[in-house]
Amino acid sequence: MMTTLTKNPPAAAHKAPQRSNRGRGMAKLGDLRIALLFILPAMIGFVAFFLVPTIRGIYLSFTEYSVLGEPEWIGLKNYTSIFADELFWNAMAVTVQYVAINIGLQTVIALGLALLMHRVAKSTFVRGALLLPFLVANVIVALLWFWMLDYQLGIVNEIINWMGLPRIAFFGSEQWAIPTIAFVNVWRHMGYTALLIFAGLQSIPNHVYEVASLDGASPTRTFWSITMPLLRPVLALVLVVTVIGSFQVFDTVAVTTGGGPVNASRVIQMYIYQKAFGESDFGYASALSVILFVILALVAFIQMKFLKGNESDLD
Amino acid sequence: MKKSLGAVAAAAAIALSLSACGGASSTPSAEAKGEINYWLWDANQLPAYQQCAADFTKANPDIKVKITQRGWDDYWTTLTNGFVAGTAPDVFTDHLSKFPEYASKKQLLALDDAVQKDGVKLDVYNKGLADLWVGQDGKRYGLPKDWDTVAMFYNKKLVKDAGYTEEQLKNLDWNPQNGGSYEKAIAHLTVDKSGKRGDEAGFDKSKVAVYGLGLENSGSGQGQTQWSFLSATTGWTHTDKNPWGTKFNYDDPKLQETIKWWAGLADKGYMPKLETTVGASVSDAFGAGKAAINTNGSWMIGQYTSYKGVETGIAPTPKGPEGKRASMFNGLADSVWAGTKNPAASVKWVEYLASSACQDVVASKAVVFPAIKSSSEKAAAAFKAKGIDVTAFTTHVTDGTTFLFPIADKAAKVDGIMKPAMDAVVSGKKDASSLTDANGQVNSLFK
Repeated sequence: MMTTLTKNPPAAAHKAPQRSNRGRGMAKLGDLRIALLFILPAMIGFVAFFLVPTIRGIYLSFTEYSVLGEPEWIGLKNYTSIFADELFWNAMAVTVQYVAINIGLQTVIALGLALLMHRVAKSTFVRGALLLPFLVANVIVALLWFWMLDYQLGIVNEIINWMGLPRIAFFGSEQWAIPTIAFVNVWRHMGYTALLIFAGLQSIPNHVYEVASLDGASPTRTFWSITMPLLRPVLALVLVVTVIGSFQVFDTVAVTTGGGPVNASRVIQMYIYQKAFGESDFGYASALSVILFVILALVAFIQMKFLKGNESDLD
Repeated sequence: MKKSLGAVAAAAAIALSLSACGGASSTPSAEAKGEINYWLWDANQLPAYQQCAADFTKANPDIKVKITQRGWDDYWTTLTNGFVAGTAPDVFTDHLSKFPEYASKKQLLALDDAVQKDGVKLDVYNKGLADLWVGQDGKRYGLPKDWDTVAMFYNKKLVKDAGYTEEQLKNLDWNPQNGGSYEKAIAHLTVDKSGKRGDEAGFDKSKVAVYGLGLENSGSGQGQTQWSFLSATTGWTHTDKNPWGTKFNYDDPKLQETIKWWAGLADKGYMPKLETTVGASVSDAFGAGKAAINTNGSWMIGQYTSYKGVETGIAPTPKGPEGKRASMFNGLADSVWAGTKNPAASVKWVEYLASSACQDVVASKAVVFPAIKSSSEKAAAAFKAKGIDVTAFTTHVTDGTTFLFPIADKAAKVDGIMKPAMDAVVSGKKDASSLTDANGQVNSLFK
């Protein structure tokens, strides 16, 4: 009975309307002009704040540059030093650990919240409340948790202590620092991520679920055989966006641990910041940034490829 | 058509005249007038300097000083960005760990000519302070504003409860082998939750209620308020020479023994573990009665004496193996940015800040010790009038037991290596001998 669901594409696929070609060829030039006009502001922003800095950053990565003074061309020296730099490899390891905990936890929780919003919590107030942590600035959220999780004076440790358990150095111990920072950011971003997934859930046509329930599919079965496959494009997009964002974690680290203890939370962006603004080594920091850029491009490419994020099972 | 052309011409003329005005004010003027920007990081000192600025403008009605206070954490990056963007302040409070790089990158205005022309006397300052601000090129980049030393702040009640007299606390001795009477006091001042003291049988170091000694952080490569007042009594110095050392001595057994002893206090339960110090400040923990002794700098006097319900005393740091105390002697200065559009007024303001007129005002507020000898005496008197005995800090200056803050190039890079290295030792993750490896990395920066 259920095999029909899993083997064949959903019924809706065949009913999808043909894309209309009306209007094509008419006043093409006029459209183009207007289109360009609308694109222009974004284009200016893109060129001024992304393209030019990126190209300059790539150039600076081949130089020794302290901001005060002129960049001096040193070829690949920054890159060869980076590959021999223990702190770089440590930063990569720490960042990957952070991304794994952050994305793993966040995606599961956000998916759960999205399903609850879709099925149970239909009130706009509850849906809105879920988004609240995201509306608070990153640094404020980080400081708030930094206080609450403080070893000596924080409310969380007071409660732990009151329960007779040993206090936990959330930001101070090497084992806890990264999981704690990851948790803080999960708390802030889960509502927003849930909202994105929720939007994806709403785009799944109701009749697919109706057919499933007519076939007597259990909720679990419906989830794995309908919701997840049809949600794939949205999930892929969400994952690409959140993974890229996660790799760039910085503010939470900067205002809490500052990269410590020892090097336990010195994530790659923190290391770039330290090299550039702390040690005035902008050439080296640019090279680190270029490496991060390449890694992120690869991650995004692989995710889109494997999750087939640009095609939907609904078509 | 004609009309609109005329309008355009008029607009152009206005624009031209406007830019002409702008041009005139943007060229460095030899005349000392206009508005200058001044930055400092310590909010506690802001009122004193606002008073100085008001007095200064009264004496020089053509010059206005706009003061901006920025917290230490943002101060230096904002300043560096300002150098690049051309928006840095004309005059700013400068630190010994930062000025070498700024000077070598030509961001600071040399003050030698002005000092000579205006006859600024450099011998009015406490000994050594004026020399700190001469760069490797032999030029002067700052005029001294204040100085600081290190002492022990203690909780009077906790000390009394432990049966110690304040006199005893002021005469402690220390050695890197067994910690001397300094460690004995720290151990005895430590109390666990069942009331057992650190030196009593049955003391539970996992359930400490009050630590004998508070811990701020590992002190990175300088240990200004954490361990340098101990290591210096063994004859150890940070660098081969000061200022402008190019070889660091973190591989010296004398330092490594000191650090080993100090980090060992956390192991014995007499001092909090490093991991617990991320977050609440060491002084706030002291204010909450969680530590009996804190070692800290004289700029913290106001903070330590302001906690409600805690009576704070100040004792000098312990005497070392050779019977002498030691304290790092750090001094701040005001520097002029090389890119200032108003060098004449800026220099005038710096000279005023470095004069007894302003430093006496700072002294009267009892927040820090001004650089001028007579003004520091006034500051000590002002502290005394507030009921605070600061001789623990001044004794280092009168007895000549200070050593200068280690001035070296590449301070930020040295810190980038030494902070994690020192953290690893103090947290007990690595042995003090691992500092030898870090020292190699530091010294390779200067090759």
